[in-house]
Formats: sequence, C-alpha cells, structure tokens
Amino acid sequence: MIAKPKHQRLVLIVIAVVAVLAAVLLAMWGLRDRASYFYTPTEIAAGKAAVGQPIRLGGMVEKGSIQRLPDGVTIRFRMGDGTGAVPVVFRGITPDLFREDSGAVAEGRLSADGTFVADNILAKHDERYMPPELGNQAAEHKAAKTVER
Amino acid sequence: MIAEAGLAALWLAAALAILQIVLAFGPAQVRSVAAAPVRSIAIVEGALTVFAMAMLMWVFERTDLSVLLVAENSHSAKPWLYKVAGAWGNHEGSMLLWVTILGLAGAALAIFSRRLDTKTLTAALGAQGALALGFFGFLLLASNPFARLNPPAFEGRGLNPLLQDPGLVFHPPTLYVGYVGLSVAFSLAVGALVTGKVDSSLAKAMRPWVLGAWIMLTLGITAGSYWAYYELGWGGWWFWDPVENASLMPWLAATALLHSINVLASRDSLRAWTMMLAMIAFSMSMVGTFLVRSGVLTSVHAFAVDPERGTFILALLAFYIGAAFTLFAVRSGRLSEGPKFELVSREAALVGNNLLLTVILGIVFIGTLYPLFIEAVTGDKLSVGAPYFNAVAGPLALLLAVLVCIGPLLNWKRDSGEKLKRLIVPALVGVTVLSIALVTIPGSLLAKAGLGIAAMLAISAFLPLIGRKLMRTPLSTWGMVVAHFGIAVALAGMAASTMLTKEVLTAARPGEQVQVGPWLVEFESVTPTAGPNWTALQAELRASRGGGVTVLKPQARYYTSPPTETTESAIETVLSGQLYTVLGKPAEDGRWQLRLWWKPWVTLIWLGGALIALGGMLALGGRAWRGWRRERER
Repeated sequence: MIAKPKHQRLVLIVIAVVAVLAAVLLAMWGLRDRASYFYTPTEIAAGKAAVGQPIRLGGMVEKGSIQRLPDGVTIRFRMGDGTGAVPVVFRGITPDLFREDSGAVAEGRLSADGTFVADNILAKHDERYMPPELGNQAAEHKAAKTVER
Repeated sequence: MIAEAGLAALWLAAALAILQIVLAFGPAQVRSVAAAPVRSIAIVEGALTVFAMAMLMWVFERTDLSVLLVAENSHSAKPWLYKVAGAWGNHEGSMLLWVTILGLAGAALAIFSRRLDTKTLTAALGAQGALALGFFGFLLLASNPFARLNPPAFEGRGLNPLLQDPGLVFHPPTLYVGYVGLSVAFSLAVGALVTGKVDSSLAKAMRPWVLGAWIMLTLGITAGSYWAYYELGWGGWWFWDPVENASLMPWLAATALLHSINVLASRDSLRAWTMMLAMIAFSMSMVGTFLVRSGVLTSVHAFAVDPERGTFILALLAFYIGAAFTLFAVRSGRLSEGPKFELVSREAALVGNNLLLTVILGIVFIGTLYPLFIEAVTGDKLSVGAPYFNAVAGPLALLLAVLVCIGPLLNWKRDSGEKLKRLIVPALVGVTVLSIALVTIPGSLLAKAGLGIAAMLAISAFLPLIGRKLMRTPLSTWGMVVAHFGIAVALAGMAASTMLTKEVLTAARPGEQVQVGPWLVEFESVTPTAGPNWTALQAELRASRGGGVTVLKPQARYYTSPPTETTESAIETVLSGQLYTVLGKPAEDGRWQLRLWWKPWVTLIWLGGALIALGGMLALGGRAWRGWRRERER
C-alpha cells in the first residue's frame, strides 16, 4: 500500500483527525469507570456511593473517634460532616496533619458492611495549602455550625 | 529601594515589549527598518527581567520583611541557600522566574539566530514580545512580587519545609527553562507563518531551541520525580498528579516536535504539521502554567486559590492559543507540501511516532482537565488518577517503544525493509524476557510487557550503528542511540520496580528485626536530634543482606516556622535497587511505626531519564560543533 503522492496532504490531515478522535474515544472509555468521585459522609450514609468503586471521602475526623488497633499500624475513625458519619479503617502511616476535629480526605472503597476502607489519607498540608474540596467542606461545616447556634 | 528598582525594571520591560510589538507588526514602512531595533530591544528586555529577578533574590537573601512576599514566605533563621532559592518557592516569585526566562529566551533568539531570514526573525521577536507583554501584565497587575508591607513584619512566616531541599534550587529553574524555551519554537512558528517561509532552514534554526528546551524538560521531570520520591516518603516515583501532568504534556508535545522537526530539516517535508506541533508544545506549557498557577486543581503545588489570577491566566491562554491557531488556519493552506514519501520510510515511522505521542498527549490532557470540566458542568467532584492513566496511556506508550526499535532502521523517502531483519534477535530476546516474566513473577501484564519491550529496545537502540565507522558516526546519531537506549533503561526500571517491590508496614520496638525482601533490618533506637530550623526524632536502622551492615537514619522532623511536621526518608542505594525506610508515628507500648520498601532496579528510572537527556545533549553539542566548524572553514 503506497500513499499516492498527490494525496499525501490529505492522508496527513486524516491521520491528525484520527489521532484526536482516538485520544477522545480512548479517554472517554477509560474515564467511564476509572474516575473516582468525591463524596461527603452524608451522601455515603444516604447510600449514594456504590460498594467497591474507587471513591474519595472528605470530611472532618470526629472528635474522640480515632482508635488504634493492636498491630500498631491500623486505625479506625469516623469521618463526619455535621449531619452524617462514616466509619473508616486505614492501614498505614497517617499524614502529619491528620488529627481529630480537623479535615481530611480518604481515598479508597466502600465495603459491603458500610465501612470505608482507605488506601490513602490526605490531610490539610500546611497553614495555607488545603485541597480545594476540603476548603469548601470546612467552610460549609463552619457555616452549618453557625446556623445551629 | 531594591524592591522598587526591581518593579521599575519590570514596568520598563513591559513598555519595551509594547514597542517591540509595534515595530515588528506595524505598517510596512515601520517594519522595513524594524529588524535592528527589535533585536536590540529584545536584548535589553531580557537584561531588565534578569535584573528584576536578581532584585527579588536580593530582598529574599536579606530577608527584607517590609516586602510582603518575603514576610509571607521567608524567615530570618532559614539556611542561606533556601532564602535565595525561596525567591521562587511561591506564586509571585515563581511567575517572575517564568517571565525572566521568557525575556532571556527572547534575548538569546535575537543574539544567536543571525542566519535566519531577517523578516521571519523580526516577526518571531514581535511574537515573543507579545507573549512577554501578557505575562508582564499578569505580574504587574495581578501578582506583584515587589509589593510592600507597611508596617514591616516582625518575622517572616517561613517556607513550606517540603520545599526546603536542594531540589528547590534546581528543579523549578530547570523545568522553567524547558517550559519557556518552547516559547521560541512558538514564536518562530508564528514568524514563519507570517512571512510564509516554512522550510528546512527554518527547521534548522528552530531545532537547537527545541532540543535545548526538551533536554531541560527531561532533566526537570526526572529530577522532580526523584525529589517527590524521596521527599514525600510515599515510595512512589510518579503520582499522575495534575502538576506532574502539567510538565509531562509539554514534554510529550516537544518530543513529537523534536522528531517532526528532523523531517522538516532533513527532507523539507511535514511543513504545516511541524508548525502546528511547535504551537501546541508551548500552548501546553501555558496550559501547565495555568493549571499550576491558578490554583484550580487539587495539588501540593497549588498555592492560594485566587479566582482573579486564574481568570487572568485563562484569558492570556485563550488569546495566545486562539491567535496562533487562527494564524495557522489562515496561512497553512498556502504552504506547499514538501517532497513525498512512501508508507515504509523514515518519514512514515516519524509520523507514526507523532501520531502516538499526540494520542498519548490527548489522553493525559483530557484526564487532567476532566475533573475541572465535570465540576463546572454538573458540580460533581471527582479525581482521575493512576488507574486511568496507566490503563489508557500505558499500552500506547509501549506500542511507541516498539516503533522506536523500527523507525531508526528505515531510510528516508522509501525503504525495502531489508534492515528490519536485524530486529529478529532483539525481538527473540524480548519475547524470552516476557515469557520468563509471565511464568516467574506475579504482576500486571502491562509491566511484564514493558519489561519484554525494554529488553528488545535496549538491543535495538544500537542497531543503527551497524555498518558505520563508530569514530565517524555523527554525534547526533550517537545522541539518538543513547536517548533511545535511555528509554529502554527507564522502562525496565519502571516495569521491574513495579513488579518486584517488597513492602513491609509494621510497628516495632527498638531491638526488633524486620525482614524486607533480601534485607534484614534491625531497629536499633529512636533518638532526638536537631538541625538549623528543625528538631527531629531519628531512628537508627542497621540493614544487611548477607554481607556488611548499612546504617539508615530516617527522621520525623518538626519545623517551627511555619509549624509543620515532615517525614525524611532514608534510602540505601545499591547496584540492584534501593532500600527505602520511613519512620512513622509512635504506636502505644513503646513501638514505632516503620515502613520499609525493597525496590529492585528502581534507580534505572532516573538513570534512564538522565541518559535520554544526555542523548539530547550529544545531538545538540554535535550539531553546534559542526555548525561552528563549517563557519570557521568559510
């Protein structure tokens, strides 16, 4: 198969279009089940998240809920947002700013018994940096608290 | 006074940029005399930006707390090196560094590209001035690094400890030279489209810039990957973080450009295509800057979220990319096609390279921007990570690596495919490695295929040297061989470390022993220690595997300004890999959390990256040397 010389420009344009289309189609196919959605504890408590899908859970670590298991590297805690709370289990070294009554994002999956199994935990990174989701969360949380009063 | 001098230099440079644009794109009688003044202006503008950057580094060095930026990001008790490098460890300073390199690139273009067609050069410098003006405006109107603080602060707030590392000194400038170096390719493409002179001499003038920027991008990405690997303490070397993607996208485009520009330089073919890639490459740099600097994405690199800045950069982005592609649409139809080539030829293989790189670029681009898009449309928040990128882009990258084995063996224009028979041996080796991996190692098919293809490429990379006199082979050919071999090395490291890594996470008392892979690690003690602006708890680990004992000292550090805790990993590098140790938190009853990894062959990843960059340097050096000799013979 030899590209006819006078059609070369056309062939190149077709190739460029194919490249763009292929990228879009492949990306859409990949994103269908590989993007991980962000949920709040209330949404998970309401059953909005599917069991077993990679998702992210963001909220506040409830006061007095952190529990260390005997192996020394696994913790359990409750992630809440004022209206709902989800039990989380995490095996690993928690980030430095992970503490009770402060914001965190957990990456992982929801198991059938309603516990969130986290593979990774992100906490507020320093005084100024905060994941945007967490920023909004904290602000909403504060607003909710103010209204309660 | 120092800060005001810097600010004045920036305003002056902005004014010169306006003059530069008017001269380069003004009425015909202005343009006819513009060549010399435009060049001089570009040089002065470059000098002014360097001056402004130097002033900022000076106020940081002195910790002048009457400058807002210093008060917010520095501290008098910080080590000297991090005071100076801290000048670009924040939003405003980092944008100033960006603009400085843009100014320098314009000046260098004016100084070194004398052999280029004068009209094209003038138009290119005008385009460079237009780019600079937008970013000068961004600095002066939305991100002034020299703003004063009245009354001055008593003490600075300090620099994020994660940034207090030698990596800060080299990584951002290297990456920025790469990012912004691509602006020259963009401006030259604009210049050539304006004058209609897209030919091999333009490609030859553009090639060193692309090559230089590409080398720096390669080095910057490699160094950044290693920095994240040891500093974050997570044991990973690539996280598909949006900011990492922001540096990968220009690299992918520049790699495609680097290959197509060779077709244009050697064969005068792929004219419109190459101009398109030159514009896409720097557009990707600007997209990356937008992603990082506007704070729209979740990332450790995203500083304060400031919608005004984001909108400003987005407007600049839309204007430059829109203008460039409009120019392309209007002018590219007039470009005549160069000499034809057949389906089995070097050109066709390079078109294949460009096709695959473009598809990979598109996949990374869509994956990176998808969360933004979805949040804007539906309000849903989501993140796209490794599972997507590895599964969708990974197989294409491997396919590209196979093409790298084939392409260099083909002749320009047409080829009988005779030399492809040489690939039989490497292909057999690759299949053997793949079969062994399939039988003996658990792990993903992608990683195993990667290992097999790496083996094939490691041998194939040297095939273009067969039948050549090695001493007479041009350095640019050696560069290609070394860079392609580097891809094999990096790929082997990625595949092997992914499959073979052993991880242990445990809580141990001092005196206990932990086995990780072939290593027996004895946990000796935890003791307090201190540095210039931090205190730490330091573990002492004695690791051995048969032979002698190595001592590793991972730390949990506490910085006082700003108050932050960080983990400092300790890494032992041996020929066959790295032992990576992290000290965690104290558990109850006197135990400590320890995380240990044995990562076989992981060092090959960065060695491969360095080889790829070295290949680029050989090619750049070889071409410069030949150019210089030709000049002297005249």
